[in-house]
Amino acid sequence: MMHNLTANILSVCYLIGSISFIIGLKMLAHPDTARRGNQVSAAGMAIAIIATLILYQSDGMHLHNYAWIAGALVIGAVIGTVAARKVKMTAMPELVSIFNGMGGLCAALISIIEFSRLVPASPMLHILIISAGLVIGSVSFSGSMVAYGKLSGKVKDHAFSWQRSFNLILLTVVLLLGALLIRGGLPVSATYIFYTLLVLSVSYGIMFVLPIGGADMPVVISLLNACTGIATACGGFLYNNPVMLTGGILVGSAGMILTIIMCKAMNRSLLNVLAGSFGATASNVVSGKEEAHKEISLSDAATAMAYAKKVMIVPGYGLAVAQAQNTCHELEKLLQEKGVEVKYAIHPVAGRMPGHMNVLLAEANVSYDLLLDMDQSNAEFPTTDIALILGANDVVNPAAEDDPKSPIYGMKILDVSFSKMVIVNKRTMKPGYAGIQNQLFSQPNTSMLFGDAKDVLQKLITEIKAL
Amino acid sequence: MNTLLDFTHNNLEMFYVVMLSIFLGIEVISKVPSVLHTPLMSGANAIHGVIIIGSIIAIGETAPDNYLALILGFLAVIVGTLNVVGGFVVTDRMLEMFKTRKPITSKTTNDA
Repeated sequence: MMHNLTANILSVCYLIGSISFIIGLKMLAHPDTARRGNQVSAAGMAIAIIATLILYQSDGMHLHNYAWIAGALVIGAVIGTVAARKVKMTAMPELVSIFNGMGGLCAALISIIEFSRLVPASPMLHILIISAGLVIGSVSFSGSMVAYGKLSGKVKDHAFSWQRSFNLILLTVVLLLGALLIRGGLPVSATYIFYTLLVLSVSYGIMFVLPIGGADMPVVISLLNACTGIATACGGFLYNNPVMLTGGILVGSAGMILTIIMCKAMNRSLLNVLAGSFGATASNVVSGKEEAHKEISLSDAATAMAYAKKVMIVPGYGLAVAQAQNTCHELEKLLQEKGVEVKYAIHPVAGRMPGHMNVLLAEANVSYDLLLDMDQSNAEFPTTDIALILGANDVVNPAAEDDPKSPIYGMKILDVSFSKMVIVNKRTMKPGYAGIQNQLFSQPNTSMLFGDAKDVLQKLITEIKAL
Repeated sequence: MNTLLDFTHNNLEMFYVVMLSIFLGIEVISKVPSVLHTPLMSGANAIHGVIIIGSIIAIGETAPDNYLALILGFLAVIVGTLNVVGGFVVTDRMLEMFKTRKPITSKTTNDA
């Protein structure tokens, strides 16, 4: 009777957990309710975890090793909170990638523990689920770590000519080994195969992400996020645990859709991204000739902007690294006081992740209504007097539209050249993140304003105030 | 083949859950503005941290003298907690910034 009661309460807690994930995710998809949605999911998660700790029973046995569990929970919670609180806004994408990798590692570790507990008579499907959890979890872990390295600039793009076939072979071997392990009845011990599988999966994760261009990392992280979701669902199957199953599958499918949406925003196919052609071709293009460009002085730029009717600010990663979002907001207010209409044109992949730029500008209290998405911005450029480009490069590169050889060909860009005047602020003439020359800089209505974004913005503000 | 059929039959509810969850995931995400892509990815990332429950069960069912499994489980719970706690906190921090909205636009229209 007692056993039944606790089991029933546990089931209800899991149900609450699952529902909260669904509602939370739904709320996360709308700006007004997003924060609440995250809290709803977190609350559901807490209920599910606490209920497991207190109520979980298997064959009438409670869990044990509570000291170990409590210690691990405290360590994880402290490190997680500190890391998430301390991280700079610009480094958030990296941190998300690390956390995702941790989830994958967790799934792989669970598979290792459960594998060591297998008995000879274990059902085949049990082994299938454990192996799937191991492979997907490890790929997700090592892949996320490489993605983190790339975003933080610690790992460079590596591509070699036969890399695609190599990865394909590696993947085939992983699948074959997995199949052998599940079929059983082998001359070699299953343990060897299992650990070989682990090593190969970790290598595949590394090899899979390594050749993909740094600019495509958001897509990769989103894909690996979906992978970890599937690994979680494997765990749900393994323990017959509904909250893990629903949570995992939900993230798996939502993550897949999000990945596809992100690819669409860049007008590239997922396959194209995964083939890693981005990084490979970009390196060939860098050596291209440097185009002529003209510069504009700070005071000229200040005057032009102060007397313009409409200024569009196009922020990019350069703005983020210079931590110039607050200064940018100041300039925006100053111009508005002078009667200039100021808006922000946000490319979907501006910054290092979709929505990254919006988050940064929101941090600086820039009003939501001033942030235009790509279609809205492109409709407004023809009536814009000045497009001020702050540390953005690839997202305004016309090569994406008219150079089929360019690695970013096909990506939709912000058509800044339709505005009467384009002022480009960047630190040097060096090519952008994708490593490609930008024809925009040599167009007749474009002027360059070199310098650190924050520095330049501050000087512009002083100049405009002095007018 | 038989085992597969048996498995399907015995876990029919699970398969329904999987199927419906897939559609739910698609449905929930499909109309999201690009502004929210990063927070949404981060939030979903926190949700798959529910794998922590698996790690708690794994270590909780380990014999107290099986130190290898205990250490692996200990690690698993740590990284699982990192995923959950870190994921939710970082998402909250991102979304915190969206809450402040000032009606600046009305001012500009007055000026114009």
